[in-house]
Amino acid sequence: MLELKNITRTFVSGSVETRVLKGISLTIKEREFVAIVGPSGAGKSTLLYQMSLLDHPTSGSVSVDGEDITDLKPEEGSFYRLNNFGIVFQDYALVPELTAEENVALPDLMRGVERLVAMEKARQVLEKFDMGHAYGKLPSQLSGGEQQRVSVARAIAGKPKLLFADEPTANLDSERSIGVIETLKKLNEEGQTIIMVTHELEYARMANRIIEIRDGVLVSDTKTK
Amino acid sequence: MFLSWRQIRRASIWTNVLIIFIMILTFLNLVVVSGILVGLIEGASRTYRSDYSGDILVTKLPSKRFIEDSPRLLKIIESFPEVETYTYRYLDPGVLESNYKKLTKSVDVPDQASTLIAGINPEVEDQLTNISRHIVEGEYLDENDQGKILLGHFLMEENVPEVSGVQSLSGIKVGEKVRLTIDGTEKEFTVKGILVSKIESISFRAFLPEKEFRRMTGRADFNLDEIAIKIKPGYDPELVKEALLASGVGDKARVQTWEESQGKFFQDIKKTFNILGAAIGSIGLAVASITIFIVIYINAISRRKFIGIQKAIGISPQSIESAYIFQSIFYAVFGSFFGLLILYVFLIPFFQANPIDFPFSDGILVAPAGSTFLRILLLFATTLIAGYVPAKIVTRKNTLDSILGR
Repeated sequence: MLELKNITRTFVSGSVETRVLKGISLTIKEREFVAIVGPSGAGKSTLLYQMSLLDHPTSGSVSVDGEDITDLKPEEGSFYRLNNFGIVFQDYALVPELTAEENVALPDLMRGVERLVAMEKARQVLEKFDMGHAYGKLPSQLSGGEQQRVSVARAIAGKPKLLFADEPTANLDSERSIGVIETLKKLNEEGQTIIMVTHELEYARMANRIIEIRDGVLVSDTKTK
Repeated sequence: MFLSWRQIRRASIWTNVLIIFIMILTFLNLVVVSGILVGLIEGASRTYRSDYSGDILVTKLPSKRFIEDSPRLLKIIESFPEVETYTYRYLDPGVLESNYKKLTKSVDVPDQASTLIAGINPEVEDQLTNISRHIVEGEYLDENDQGKILLGHFLMEENVPEVSGVQSLSGIKVGEKVRLTIDGTEKEFTVKGILVSKIESISFRAFLPEKEFRRMTGRADFNLDEIAIKIKPGYDPELVKEALLASGVGDKARVQTWEESQGKFFQDIKKTFNILGAAIGSIGLAVASITIFIVIYINAISRRKFIGIQKAIGISPQSIESAYIFQSIFYAVFGSFFGLLILYVFLIPFFQANPIDFPFSDGILVAPAGSTFLRILLLFATTLIAGYVPAKIVTRKNTLDSILGR
């Protein structure tokens, strides 16, 4: 489904070059729940950004279902993400002026789905995450765990091919973190392909494949079951 | 639109009120400043029309002493169905003297003022120009008055600044005697009334009943100097002028609309004031556009992370930019709407009822729909750019940098 070939990413600041990814190649199949782990600064999030088209690799290629999407222009990348990817950020990244249901409906509205239909769909998805009480609430009126569940709901509302989660539990206590991971797990069981970056091995073990990155190099790739 | 409407709705109400208030002030600055400047001249121009020239002014040809064949021309004018009323005037230069009875030495000279003396039919003149309302002292003329004269207030010393160099008469009151000399003929008159007007053709002149004037000047041929015509509502003065010219009036006299009769000066100064108003207005426009730019830029820059997130979840930069443009349009629409409301419901009626008292005119506020609409368009265009540019600057930034705050 997702194929990375020899991905490198080098950041240049003045005369200093920092090679964060040093030629990573991997393939992620449909319905997999992949956890990318590694110490801080290993390049986990950078790798996720290359996969999700949020960043452009210095070299190498990214393909989804055989289609090379490496060199899409920013606008094309946005459009591609809108229709194929869902992204969950560590700090929830909800639009503060929108209610929970509006946040969830936003990608659908941008896809041109009629407003009432998008809102109804958003309510259904929120209901699924036991967030029925939060429809009309603004992000500021929700707890961290609730905001992250809304964020996951937004990411999967459009039934994306791939769901990316960048440290989705980083800002949550352990109880709420487990709740979010279980939500992801459940989604995966329903067929959602998920790629999650985490530094918590405990949560990574709930995925069915763990990829370990160290100093920009893939050091291990193991199945958990 | 969805995004921007939510942003507006959930923004601080005071922020929205403040921005709309700035837009209202900008709109009023654009329209009212030039409107008042033009209104100074427009006020003078309208007063000249209502108080002196009527809609069409017929005057003597430059090469002639009078309007020849005046009685025939009056008949032609009367025959026009568009004509509501008209008045006619005899004009001749004359010299007025006062204090001549108080002179004690042969070397003393009386106060003298050279001016134009107008012979009018008091009743018809008043019908068209309502001149009698300008009487501030004494009474208006009667058709059969003999030895009675009306004086414009600028003929009196106390109303004329010393430095102006204008000749004037001292110690004049209603009931006082003045001596008038026209073309060598001298006669004593009693001042019957004093006229105050911002129209020089009234305030610098003396008025006699036409019979008295003709007796003094020997104008037995009834040839006139001016005919002011008021046409019925709904008719175009320009078309009536053309018709008068076509009927032969133009062979004996100069026929001008009220605007033409005011001379190029009025038109030029109107244009100048328009330019001045536009210059002042454009400063206001620049201030408003900078304000909108700053407001939108601060809004966008403080929401940079969320803009990055929106781009990350797939919302196109164009949609995000459109949201900010819509926000700017929202401010422009409400600013213009309330500005229009204040302008047409409050300011214009207020200035109509209470004109600004300028020395040469009663200033009104002129805001024709066409030019107001043009200014609204200008405001919209400026606001649009002021909203688009900062949004573009922020959305152009790298998505990841925006999200991570780099």
